[in-house]
Amino acid sequence: MSDELNKTESAAPVKSGVPMVRAQGVHKSFGHVEVLKGIDLEVKPGEVFCLIGPSGSGKSTFLRCINHLEKINAGRLYVDGELVGYRQQGDKVYELRDREVAMKRRDIGMVFQRFNLFPHMTAVENVMEAPVQVKGAGKAQAKERAMQLLERVGLADRAGHYPSQLSGGQQQRVAIARALAMDPKLMLFDEPTSALDPELVGDVLDVMRDLAESGMTMVVVTHEMGFAREVGDSLVFMDEGVVVESGHPRDVLTNPQHERTQSFLSKVL
Amino acid sequence: MTDNEKTAGAAPAARPEAIKAIPVRHYGRYVTAVVAIAILVAIIYAFGQGKINWHAVPEYFFDHRIMTGVGKTLLLTVLSMLIGIVGGIVLAIMRLSRNPVTSSIAWFYIWFFRGTPVLVQLFLWFNLGLVFEYINLMPFYKDYWSNFMTPLLTALLGLGLNEAAYMAEICRAGLLAVDEGQTEAAHALGMSHARTLRRVIIPQAMRVIVPPTGNEVINMLKTTSLVAAVQYPELFRYAQDIGQNSGAPVEMYFLAAAWYLIMTSILSVGQYYIERYYARGSSRSLPPTPWQKVKANMFSLGRPKGAVSA
Repeated sequence: MSDELNKTESAAPVKSGVPMVRAQGVHKSFGHVEVLKGIDLEVKPGEVFCLIGPSGSGKSTFLRCINHLEKINAGRLYVDGELVGYRQQGDKVYELRDREVAMKRRDIGMVFQRFNLFPHMTAVENVMEAPVQVKGAGKAQAKERAMQLLERVGLADRAGHYPSQLSGGQQQRVAIARALAMDPKLMLFDEPTSALDPELVGDVLDVMRDLAESGMTMVVVTHEMGFAREVGDSLVFMDEGVVVESGHPRDVLTNPQHERTQSFLSKVL
Repeated sequence: MTDNEKTAGAAPAARPEAIKAIPVRHYGRYVTAVVAIAILVAIIYAFGQGKINWHAVPEYFFDHRIMTGVGKTLLLTVLSMLIGIVGGIVLAIMRLSRNPVTSSIAWFYIWFFRGTPVLVQLFLWFNLGLVFEYINLMPFYKDYWSNFMTPLLTALLGLGLNEAAYMAEICRAGLLAVDEGQTEAAHALGMSHARTLRRVIIPQAMRVIVPPTGNEVINMLKTTSLVAAVQYPELFRYAQDIGQNSGAPVEMYFLAAAWYLIMTSILSVGQYYIERYYARGSSRSLPPTPWQKVKANMFSLGRPKGAVSA
């Protein structure tokens, strides 16, 4: 919890032995529609955890629950050993205040399918925004760091461009740099390449691969089976709000045990 | 890059001869143009022949009373718009709030102030002394209501509070126009609700808010002529006074109209530049400034029309 000022590449301190994400019987409904029907899983620190499944299976919803963009209705969801969105005292559960939720989100980076860059800011301003506004970093320092991050995603020469002047793949890489600027201990990717031209997917996946090699804990909702197989450490196949099958990506993708997984993969691969 | 090389490498096909066709003649257009010009000339002639002493207009155009009036009209416009914009933003946020009490209060406010004529509201403010005999802000200020409620304050409250109701709806539309993904992205970065509004949502909402607000400013400038009714003198009132004293009442109305036109024209130019400022990032290239347009048109004079727009 201590707020270190000299955090560099590999982010916030990670409690060893504690899973980065732990879900126990997570349920989520929108009105009468139950989208998550009891999800149990564990993401270890430093792991690349892939979530696959047909659309409507609840994988994106689950990802959004991890940083409390969605409120869960039942079960328990922990990030780095702490409840998400709630505080437990004895047998009572208290909802966290907006400010406390915001505090926790600082440590969790998120990358969206539709990039969601701030269109009125240039690339470098997008990356600087949260460190300056949320952490109170100095502008010069934040800019220097932002430039390093843009360099890392291969876009240092586009720092002064507005999102509308960038291609989809470039926008997504800026979005990754923006999330990294907060030095998160966990990165969430919500179908990061689904809105991209096939040609541009590779650049984004390269950045993600590089990030995985640096030891970042990543939860990735994706349809890129190749990426899951090469980079992923664990893989979960979800359907209709439940985990159907899980294991090492190579095992699940090449030798699926469950009939539903087999039929899904036969259509995708 | 590779694409460029490919297209450059392809052998250029022989360019066919340009088409030189005889354009279609639109005789109807000549007729309507002639009729329109004739009507215009007739109207101007009628005004020229009328019993209007046109020399009175330039004579009083820069009269010190007129200039005071112009100043007061501008002051009223700026201050009431400020009240209107600040009030409008607050009301819009209240209206969108999840708290049912604040959102209903905002709804009620908008319902009342939008639903009654501003002239009636001005009179109500002016006569509120019937309800409140004294104003008593315990430690700071105590006075008769009629001393407190000066014509200027009446005018400002009347115009500003009415404007806030309209601005609230404009701001609300602007806030709703910003994609929800923006809020999510800001929240995911750990930004608080207030900071998300200030840094992410409002700057983008401004693009939607500015054009109708420019409209409102121009409307406000003209509506200030109503406050003569609550004894606050501004351009229109001074023009009327001069008209009565100098025996040229109608001429002074023309003078006032000319001044209003000048002011609204200047405001329109300002609006254009504000819109341009908030358009940054939303389109690949900013729209040209009027000066840039003039330059571009000068260079393109004499070129066939089709080529310019291409």
